[in-house]
Amino acid sequence: MLTRREALLGSVLTVAAVATISAMPAASAKDVSSLPREKVTLVAPPFVHAHDQVAKSGPKVVEFTMKIEEKPIVIDADGTQLNAMTYNGSIPGPLMVVHEGDYLELTLVNPDTNTLAHNIDFHAATGALGGGGLTLINPGEQVTLRFKATRAGTFVYHCAPGGAMIPWHVVSGMSGAVMVLPRDGLKDDKGKPIHYDRIYYVGENDFYIPRDEQGKFKKYDSAGDNYDDTVKVMRGLIPTHVVFNGKAGSLTGEHAMKAKVGDTVLIVHSQANRDTRPHLIGGHGDFVWEQGKFANPPAKDLETWFIRGGSAGAALYTFLQPGIYAYVNHNLIEAVELGATAHFTVDGGSWNDDLMTQVAAPKAIAS
Amino acid sequence: MSFDPVFTFGAIAAAALIGLGVANQVVGSPTSRVASPLSTILRPGSFDHSRPGEFLRDNHPVAAPIVRETIDAPLEIMKYQVSVSDYARCVADGACKPAELRKVGDVPVTGVSHIDAEAYAKWLSQRTGETWRLPTDVEWAFAAGERFRGDVEGSESDPDNPARRWLDQYRTETSLGRAPDPEPRTQGAFGINEKGLADIAGNVWEWTSTCYVHTTISGDGTETASSIENCGVHAVEGFHRTYMSNFIRDGKSGGCAVGTPPDNLGFRLVRDPSGVLRSALRELGIS
Repeated sequence: MLTRREALLGSVLTVAAVATISAMPAASAKDVSSLPREKVTLVAPPFVHAHDQVAKSGPKVVEFTMKIEEKPIVIDADGTQLNAMTYNGSIPGPLMVVHEGDYLELTLVNPDTNTLAHNIDFHAATGALGGGGLTLINPGEQVTLRFKATRAGTFVYHCAPGGAMIPWHVVSGMSGAVMVLPRDGLKDDKGKPIHYDRIYYVGENDFYIPRDEQGKFKKYDSAGDNYDDTVKVMRGLIPTHVVFNGKAGSLTGEHAMKAKVGDTVLIVHSQANRDTRPHLIGGHGDFVWEQGKFANPPAKDLETWFIRGGSAGAALYTFLQPGIYAYVNHNLIEAVELGATAHFTVDGGSWNDDLMTQVAAPKAIAS
Repeated sequence: MSFDPVFTFGAIAAAALIGLGVANQVVGSPTSRVASPLSTILRPGSFDHSRPGEFLRDNHPVAAPIVRETIDAPLEIMKYQVSVSDYARCVADGACKPAELRKVGDVPVTGVSHIDAEAYAKWLSQRTGETWRLPTDVEWAFAAGERFRGDVEGSESDPDNPARRWLDQYRTETSLGRAPDPEPRTQGAFGINEKGLADIAGNVWEWTSTCYVHTTISGDGTETASSIENCGVHAVEGFHRTYMSNFIRDGKSGGCAVGTPPDNLGFRLVRDPSGVLRSALRELGIS
C-alpha cells in the first residue's frame, strides 16, 4: 500500500533537480524580462486555444496555468471508473501552442485537495528531465517553470514524479501535448506555406483497470488504493482500455469533431506511453508529420501514420466529401473493443461523384 | 393504466379456460414438465408498421416503408422477458449454453445470442408440451405498442448526395440522447406498457425470428420488387430496432461503428396456440 507520505517523498530525482536549480545561469532571465508577455487561457481537448499560425511579432513569453486535479472519472459505457490524475481536469491535458523561439512559462498548481506529488516533463524542453526536476510539487504547492521552445513540432508532456510513480501517473491520465509552430507557419514538402482552418487535439491513453474475482472492473476510493493492483495489470502490458480524450465514446455522437467540405483540418495526436497508428476512415493524411517535428518535410498521402509511444504527431487533411468519418487507432481491436474510435461529421458541399459513386446498388447476383 | 384490447392470461382467461377444462399452469409430471411462463394474450388487431431491413428505391436507399400489418389471431406472449432463473433451468438441463450474464438475480437473462434463444424455445416447448418460439418483428412491434420505435433513420434522402442521409441519421440518433445504461434491472422495473407487457424497450433488447433483408421497393413504396434475406442476421428490438449476427451475445460488440448499440441482448417468446386453446378463445368470442 502506498501511503500519502511515501507518495509525497518523491525520489532521487528531486535531489538532482535542486542541484540543477543552483547551477542555472541568471543571465538569460534578464533578456527574457524585456520580452512581451501573453497570458493564454487553456481549453479542454479536443479543442485548442486561439493562436496565430504565423507569428505576428518577435519572440515572447507565453504564460499558461494548469491546475492538477485528482478525481474519479468514468472511462467507458459500463461505468468503469479510473482514479484519474489530470492536468487541468481533462485527459489528455490541454494542448499549449507557442512559436519557435518563444518562451513557454507554465504555472503548475497542486491544490491541497490532492493527495499525491506531481510534476511535468516537457519533451519540448531542454534540461532538468524536461523540467520534471524543477517542478515536483506537493499538495498545497505551486511552481512556475519557463523553457525556451527551440524546436518546432508537436511534443508530449507528462508527469514524471520518479521511479515507479512515472508510468502509474501517466496511465492514470497525466499527459498532454505542446505544439511549437515555426514562426512563419507550417510548410508542405516543397516549402510552400500551408494553413489549417480547424485544429483538433486527440490524446490517446492506455488504461489498466484491475478486475475482481468475477472479472468485473474494480472501483477504488482513491488513486493510492489502486496502486498495487494497477501495477500488476500494467506489467502485463495489455491495456484494458485504449481511448481518445479520456473515455470510450468521448469524441462520438454529440461530441463528434466537426468540419465542412473544403476545410483543412490539422489533427494533433499524442500518446505518452504506447505506440499507436491513427487512420481516418474514408480520408487520408495529405501532409503528415509522423514524428511531429516541423523541421522535417511532411510525408504525403498517408493512409495510416505511426505515433511512437512518448511522442505526438500531426496530420493535415482537406475534407473532399461530406459524411461521417471515423478516426481510429487502426489496430481495430483497440479501436472497436477497447475504445479508440472518434468521429468527424463533415457537412456542406455536394457529393463528388467523380471521387466515388455506387454504380449499381445491392441486388441479387446476376445469373 | 388502461389495458385496452388485452388481458393477462393468469386473470380472466385462465379462470375462464380452467372452467372449460384447460389449465394454464401445467404442473405435469415432476420429472419432465415445466410450468408455462406467465403470459398475456393480445386481441387481434391492425397497425401501421415500418418494415424491417434496408430499402432501395430507384437504386437509392430510402426510409423503411410504413405498411398496414394485421395480427389476425390472438397473440399469446410472455409478460416478462425470460429471466436469469428461467434460463438457468434450461442450462441445468443441458439444453442451453450458460449465458454471458451481466448480472445475476431477479433480472432478465442477458448475454444470449439468437442461437441461445432458439435453443431455449425448443427446450421450453419440449418441457411444457406447448409451442414456444421467438416473435416475428411484426408480432413484437404489435406487442410493444406505443413503445415501438423501429430503425433510427434520418428523414433526408438525396439521391445526388448520400452523405446527407448519413449525417441526418447520425444526428437523429445523437439527438435521441440515449446514454448507455447496461445494468439490468429487476423484472418489471421498466413498467408495463398499454398492452400489459413488462419491460418493453428497457435496457434489454429482444431477439426476433425476422431475418435481415435488403428489399427493393417499387410503386408507392409498398410493393416489393425483389428482396434478398440474410438469416445469419436477425432483427433485435428495444429502444430501437437493429440487426445482429446470430452468434452475438453482447450487443455492444456486435454493433456497427456508427450508431447506438443495444445495452444487452435477451428475449421473450410467443406461444402458438394449441387447437384446444384456439377453440376455447373462440368460445369466449375473442378470436
